[in-house]
Amino acid sequence: MINKENWDELTPNEKYNKRMESFLNPDIKFVTKEGEEKYKKNAQRYKDAIELKKPDRVPISPNMGFYPARYAGITAEEAMHDYEKMSMAWRKFNNDFGFDYLQSCAASGSGSLFAKLDLKLYKWPGHGTKTDIPYQCVEEEYMKADEYNELIEDPSAFFMKIYLPRIFGSLEAWEKLPIFPSFIELPFIGSGMVSIGMPDIQESFKKFIEAGQEAWKWAEVVGKTNKEIIAVNGIPSNSGGYTKAPFDILGDTLRGTKEIMLDMYRRPEKILKAMDTLVPIAIKMGINACDSSDNPFVKIPLHKGEDSFMSREQFAEFYWPTLKKVLLGLIEDGCVPSLFAEGSYNKRLDFITDPDLPKGKIYWYFDKTDMVEVKKYLSGKAAFGGNVPASLLKTGTPNEVEEYVRNLMDKVAGDGGYILTTGAVIDDAKDENIKSMVEAGKKYGKY
Amino acid sequence: MTEKLIDYIIKMQEQEALREVQDMINNNVPVMEILTKCRKAMEIVGERYEKGEYFIPELMMAAEIMTKIADMTKFLIQKEKSEEDNLGIIVIGTVEGDIHNIGKRIVCFNLEANGFKVIDIGEDISPEEYTEAIEKYKPDLVGLSCLLTIAFDSMKNTIEKIDEAGLRDKVKIMIGGAPVDDRVCEYAKADGWAEDAVKAVRLAKQLIGVD
Repeated sequence: MINKENWDELTPNEKYNKRMESFLNPDIKFVTKEGEEKYKKNAQRYKDAIELKKPDRVPISPNMGFYPARYAGITAEEAMHDYEKMSMAWRKFNNDFGFDYLQSCAASGSGSLFAKLDLKLYKWPGHGTKTDIPYQCVEEEYMKADEYNELIEDPSAFFMKIYLPRIFGSLEAWEKLPIFPSFIELPFIGSGMVSIGMPDIQESFKKFIEAGQEAWKWAEVVGKTNKEIIAVNGIPSNSGGYTKAPFDILGDTLRGTKEIMLDMYRRPEKILKAMDTLVPIAIKMGINACDSSDNPFVKIPLHKGEDSFMSREQFAEFYWPTLKKVLLGLIEDGCVPSLFAEGSYNKRLDFITDPDLPKGKIYWYFDKTDMVEVKKYLSGKAAFGGNVPASLLKTGTPNEVEEYVRNLMDKVAGDGGYILTTGAVIDDAKDENIKSMVEAGKKYGKY
Repeated sequence: MTEKLIDYIIKMQEQEALREVQDMINNNVPVMEILTKCRKAMEIVGERYEKGEYFIPELMMAAEIMTKIADMTKFLIQKEKSEEDNLGIIVIGTVEGDIHNIGKRIVCFNLEANGFKVIDIGEDISPEEYTEAIEKYKPDLVGLSCLLTIAFDSMKNTIEKIDEAGLRDKVKIMIGGAPVDDRVCEYAKADGWAEDAVKAVRLAKQLIGVD
């Protein structure tokens, strides 16, 4: 947890420096002196890249999903339910591959926790997908078309009384909870509390507590494992937490893809208002995560603003303005937004280099976007990374991977501010291809 | 007055389009005429999508308006095309292990709007289910969809299974989905791949030689 004493008196830059200070000097007892030195080097390398400098060499930070489980020979189901096996797999992976940064074992999530909550929003191994298939989202209208006002007028009540009862079967009774502003005066408290005594609500809170205990058990293993991996290998964590673009918050798990697209024609003004409501919440989500992990990097996976999803005009109207506000809000608090532009962002590069965004405070990483164009636009403005394809890592040869990385180094890494990563979150690949990616990064990435 | 309907649809003016259809029905305009206008409108929407003027919201919105008009006219647009006058039959599904269906649905709608008979066999479809569907429906084309990178092997296994069942020569196989590219196509030994719903239609036509 970060110490935020006198935080309001600091400038955004001072806040950034303070957060970076924790990143460079974490509260970790390193196993060896070399491990500690390696940590400092890796952390400095990342900081340099973010600040658009040329580090000693290109930072190497491929993006792994369930691949560590596969590599260590456990199923996705085991990774999500057997915490000791999960811990073993991610230790083995982090020890064996020589990445510069931690691949956190939090990635797989706890299936036992989700089961206790009776999570409807996803299927996961043992609960709807086969043993070796990672979790997948179940798209539904978890927020109905006529509920925009509920979200806009009282977002916390909307999430608690409408959204949570729909995505968590165990909390179905929460639709009957009072709204908490009912407790503003003594005579109101009794009637406000009555619903809490109802048997189904009592039952839901018992399940909620059990789920919290499960989350605690899981987090203990995750925290311990990650800390030990860092202490042994000297690899910093470059992920402090997550937030999302307001349009994606609405479109991904509230309204769903089809419905949000129709809403753009049927009720555009509601989308815009709802996103305004979500901006400060999205900022707070990112900041809170960074505060509790004491790590400045906020990951933001981007979905529905992709080139093929909407026009430039629609991106300008619906997607970018509120995302930009979220970025500014995070930067204001000293955090470093790290945006994963999934799919193709070729037609967005002029938007994302908006002159209102300060230089050297954001990291963008890309999937299918033309990296040479990325460099043209982002160089000197924001750090960028990418984009070794998942298909190459799965179906190619180590030589082809090396060639791909060498080409990236030749064409886009030259001016600094570049981080080598994968174009997708990797669940499946050939071991030798991932190794080749790392080796090629070390070989050709020197400045 | 009927040109108005085309105009409303291509401008995504849902209420106006539906009101226009209701007026046409009230004025005893033959259903076939209404549907011809609809098809013309969908052609224009498709062209604009291909030119990069329209995107997913417009495809979804136009599909939504079409569905409502089909309900109003008590006439399913795809049914109106008889077995004989379709361009070809395509069996389409999301491969084993993958439950995603939004991209597939858009592709299905576009194939239908362009004259294919589409049999959507669902998501998480095993190789065996594909071969059974091929034997049952005798399609010209088979479409494999995925969103997950782990589904590359499912695509490969499915096509191998189709081959083992002696059905590989009887169908053309196309694949699609966000992570699909040339490499995946080659790996899975498919006949072609497409990156969006309009290219999927073009590919389908090419593969069965009607383009």
